[in-house]
Amino acid sequence: MSGQERENFLLTVRNLNVFFDGKAKGLWKQKEKIQVLRDVSFSMKRGEILGLVGESGCGKSTLARTILHIIRDYQGEIFSSAGCSQMVFQDPFGSLNPARKVGWILEEPLKNKGGMEKDERRQKALQMLKRVGLDEKYADRYPRELSGGQRQRVAIAAALMLEPELLIADEPVSALDVTIQAQILELLLQLHKEMNLSVLFISHDLRVVYQICDRVMIMQKGHIVEQGETGAVYENPQAAYTKELLAAAGFSED
Amino acid sequence: MKIKREPMKRISKNSNFIAGAVLTGLILLFIIIGCIHTPYDPEAMDGAGRFAGISWRHPMGCDNFGRDILSRVMTGAGTTLGVAFATVAIGAFFGVIWGAFAGYYGGLLDEIFMRAADAMLAFPSILLALMIIGLFGPGKYNVILALGIAFVPSFARIVRSEFIRCKNMDYVRSARLMGAGNLRIMFVHILPNAFPVILSSVLIGFNNAVLAEAGMNYLGIGVMPPDASLGRMLSEAQTYIFSAPGYAIFPGIVLILMILGFSLLGEGVRDN
Repeated sequence: MSGQERENFLLTVRNLNVFFDGKAKGLWKQKEKIQVLRDVSFSMKRGEILGLVGESGCGKSTLARTILHIIRDYQGEIFSSAGCSQMVFQDPFGSLNPARKVGWILEEPLKNKGGMEKDERRQKALQMLKRVGLDEKYADRYPRELSGGQRQRVAIAAALMLEPELLIADEPVSALDVTIQAQILELLLQLHKEMNLSVLFISHDLRVVYQICDRVMIMQKGHIVEQGETGAVYENPQAAYTKELLAAAGFSED
Repeated sequence: MKIKREPMKRISKNSNFIAGAVLTGLILLFIIIGCIHTPYDPEAMDGAGRFAGISWRHPMGCDNFGRDILSRVMTGAGTTLGVAFATVAIGAFFGVIWGAFAGYYGGLLDEIFMRAADAMLAFPSILLALMIIGLFGPGKYNVILALGIAFVPSFARIVRSEFIRCKNMDYVRSARLMGAGNLRIMFVHILPNAFPVILSSVLIGFNNAVLAEAGMNYLGIGVMPPDASLGRMLSEAQTYIFSAPGYAIFPGIVLILMILGFSLLGEGVRDN
């Protein structure tokens, strides 16, 4: 792949394979390798929302973690031209430090980056709170004092503090009530437009993906079985697994 | 959603915590007064007043040298508490670092650290402290050092398990993504989450330290005469237990109240 091509894409993954250690079968035998990702290849354009759909346990989160180098042991190539990538986790009750106030959580990435005065950091944190639709007063609350939806807004705000070009949202609404889900999706869409944010949106819910994704990838057992424009895939699915998923989610086949 | 109770309301319903706080507060008040003023010089001897009984002039009576027991209990309780405090501080400080590294990094480091801790825990802490005293010689500061070292592994265990619980939480992953280094994650992100557990074991550790200090003095290797400490006084009193029971009873009561106070406080913190 030429450098020119690479430039056009925010993220390119080529033939990615990831193995996990299984259990050793005997005391002296080598540990069994379990393949979690099989030959995953895709490209992501700047400023798009790319959906990644599949059952739980199919390797979606592993892919996200490998892209972010949380998992460092992989075979294949990952090219990212995004200056900074961040992640929003599924469970907003685990992704925010329970011992710290919201304001502290938002300022922390800036502290690590350095080069900013205390007042400036605070100012930025308060601005970001407003941007995700929360009042400034929440800066002095602990995460446990917030509802699930509010917490997920804080998690999104924290992820955006370093102004990432790529945001990986791993099932960001699955732990939330349906009404709250819609609000968080609305927020992601709005941030996507305002900040020209590219989002890799991971979900098992085809309806949610249909609402916000430009393109979609369908993953089965660590393999991407189909990818394309959301409308095209939903109207004219090619892979048997995609048809199955769509039928199960109640999308009629006509 | 969980309904959150206000912290003050939670505390006001926690009878262990209140009783412990009141008792500890009274003992601390007693000790603080002892630091500022005692009715008599705790080391002043009075041949005529040997084994003086309870009276208005000597509310707890006098000991074998005619020293006022109340005055000696006041300063002695302070010494005992001071030794306990220093001991727990040493144990908690090194225990937190030890446990944090073992729990956070895991693997071989954890294995080495925890087997070393097991080896130390295999000895009764008093015996371990006696060995250290054997090396460095007796004295107040050596007792603090010895007991402090003996306390490190138990703190390390508790902190390690908290770190193992926390290190795979999403907020730790998220902190790493946002650029926090390992040390920052350990001591700025995870450690505050371990505070409640550490606080409760510090209070329990206080008890053990008070008892261990008394035990060491009882064996005659802690505070040197004529300084007073509760354990020292008990050890001196045993010879006169029948002729002057007050000599043993009053330091004993203060020791028991002190331990009871910290125990209740520790349970109260844990229940919260």
